Amino acid sequence: MRHVLSALVQNVPGVLSHISGMLASRGYNIDSLAVGETEDPRLSRMTFVVVGDDRVLEQVRKQLEKIVTVVRVEDVSAQNYVERDLMLVKVAAPPGKRSEIRELTEIFRGRIVDVAPEMVIIEISGPERKIEAFIELMRPFGIIELVRTGRIAMVRGARQPENEDS
Amino acid sequence: MSTVFSSAISDSSSSGATQARPQTGAEIVVQSLVNHGVDTIFAYPGGASIPLHQALTRYRDKIRVILPRHEQGGGFAAQGYARSTGKIGVCMATSGPGATNFVTPIADAKLDSVPLLAITGQVNTAVIGTDAFQETPIVEVCRSVTKHHYLVTDVKDIARVMREAFYVATTGRPGPVLIDLPKNVQTAQTIPDYEAPMNLPGYRLGQQRAKPEDIEQLAAMIRRSKRPMIVAGGGVIRANASNELRTLVKKTRIPVAMTLMGLGAFPGDDPLSLDMLGMHGSVYANYAVDNADLLIGLGMRFDDRVTGKVSEFAPRAKIVHIDIDPSEINKIKRADLAICGDVKHALAELNQIVEPPEDLSEWHRKVAAWKHDEPFTYDRDFPGILPQHAISELWRLTRDKDVIITTGVGQHQMWTAQYYKFREPRRLLSSGGLGTMGFGLPAAAGAKAAFPERLVIDIDGDGSLLMNIQEMATCYCEKLPVKVMLLNNMHLGMVVQWEDRFHAANRAHTYLGSIDDPEAIGLGNGISPEHRYPDFVAIAKGFHWEARQVSQKSELVPALEDMINSPAPFLVDVQVPYQEHVLPMIPAGMTVRDLIKR
Repeated sequence: MRHVLSALVQNVPGVLSHISGMLASRGYNIDSLAVGETEDPRLSRMTFVVVGDDRVLEQVRKQLEKIVTVVRVEDVSAQNYVERDLMLVKVAAPPGKRSEIRELTEIFRGRIVDVAPEMVIIEISGPERKIEAFIELMRPFGIIELVRTGRIAMVRGARQPENEDS
Repeated sequence: MSTVFSSAISDSSSSGATQARPQTGAEIVVQSLVNHGVDTIFAYPGGASIPLHQALTRYRDKIRVILPRHEQGGGFAAQGYARSTGKIGVCMATSGPGATNFVTPIADAKLDSVPLLAITGQVNTAVIGTDAFQETPIVEVCRSVTKHHYLVTDVKDIARVMREAFYVATTGRPGPVLIDLPKNVQTAQTIPDYEAPMNLPGYRLGQQRAKPEDIEQLAAMIRRSKRPMIVAGGGVIRANASNELRTLVKKTRIPVAMTLMGLGAFPGDDPLSLDMLGMHGSVYANYAVDNADLLIGLGMRFDDRVTGKVSEFAPRAKIVHIDIDPSEINKIKRADLAICGDVKHALAELNQIVEPPEDLSEWHRKVAAWKHDEPFTYDRDFPGILPQHAISELWRLTRDKDVIITTGVGQHQMWTAQYYKFREPRRLLSSGGLGTMGFGLPAAAGAKAAFPERLVIDIDGDGSLLMNIQEMATCYCEKLPVKVMLLNNMHLGMVVQWEDRFHAANRAHTYLGSIDDPEAIGLGNGISPEHRYPDFVAIAKGFHWEARQVSQKSELVPALEDMINSPAPFLVDVQVPYQEHVLPMIPAGMTVRDLIKR
């Protein structure tokens, strides 16, 4: 099972290292990890994609909550949520292939953000499945370089009241 | 736990009034220690902690500074102080090697939930990250083995960080907190605010109070049970819940087994005590686990040394698990009823409403028969001194005194757990989770500093004792007259036992004498007393200890009496055979059906 966890953490040095160290030392499988500041400069948001059964998820979550600088952990995937991943991909694009690449990019609502004589850089965002599908479509052209942010996620609708038990 | 320490916190805010004059960082640290009621610390100075030590001399009338002979010894002495008193233990070291020598006692405190404050000096902030002399990123090194940690880079933060450190270390599930203080932060000045609000938005103590409906359900489960048992862990002792446990047993007559860390939570010589359970636990405790229909785990964490093969641990029992740490619930063993909260509070509430099970007479008969038929046993006719005999005799000689026992790690530790019957909590100080050899002597020194009037005896092995033997100097010079009963077999006995049982007795670097001796390759039959190595009596005397060596059975009791009666630090080097195994034994990952009795 794949779960998306979102952790609000204190924006202090060493938090990322503490959390990634804990996950590694306890042998949890993390598919993706994204970190960034929030609307409150004292807090950062970390989004994890964790693979494992409910028992693993429960432990990951409790171990995260045990870290003093982790303020709150939320299982986003247990609720109705929006998930996005941003990718930049550099694809071989000789003159004869460009229009085909452009067409596919448009279908996927991506953007070509750089054009060089033999290659283009495409920016595309969306849920994981869309990104993966686009990568497969680009493979035959020749992927030169690929970089992804990792997944970020947000629960739809009004913010849930904060629950001390969560 | 929380209630005990929250009073300490509020005390501090009243006594630690905000100072109007500027103080150095080092002074703020020491004043904070005083504000939090610290009366003793274990500190080894070095270049990066000189300002702290200079400040400590100005508070001589309030804080006793004990100089260990190795930072690891200082860390374990602070643990001995903490484990015996229930208060926080404080140790201090310099940067670099001083700090890295703290890693083991910090990791040990984490696994055994000991409230420990470790303060380290650090190189100046300007050179952090440049591989400066005696620089190690100790916070990075210790991240995963602390409950919390700080690298303080601004003198203005010290008072708040100290407050947070005491709070985090002592509340919830206690643990070690590390504060790393660059030297320039120690010498910088500010006007401290000792009541600065804590900034711990992520530190919620969660559900410290068991829900009434859960307590009612537990009472109903007890009432319905036919074969109930309690497994008391170190959490019962950490939470000061021994009295509540005793009341519960008085009301319900449920037999109690204890983990190593739980020994003393319930009197070991009570008829309802099943002694220790697990790998080297009693036959009867392990049989009880196998037969129980209700197992109530209190402040324990289903460690592998307790459960063996988890899926076959307590196979017939409903599991109730009470623990303050949410992450322990369902970590190893699924609980049918999980109560996350302070075990003292939960038991006090339970005692209000609990009724005994309808009829335990059949269960009591069964348990008593196991206890009668399969006691801990050894060859009482052995002509020399067996380690089990030495511990039994020490128990007999000291049972009516209020003694604190410490141990190293290995066979002697398990025999102590089996043969010394602890009646009260905080009387056995032993490294349970991490299993650190060398724990016994420094921990004894720390306990003696806390309880100068009590007899403090380290029951140790020769391998363990040698790992921190330099602390003999601390005991002598700091006037901490502890005792050591050394069970000396010139081998790493526990590993030897595993070699004998699982590796065809092939000796693999487990002999502690010369490599030229036949014993080094598993031949020979033990070294005669005069050829033993090293000469622990001479070593002890070199440290100005009193010391005696005994090898004859008849010499044992007089030597132990001398040791007990002497006002000085005293070592009795007891020569024991190395062929003895700790039994019973459930091999790692196996079940009660694989229990080895002979």
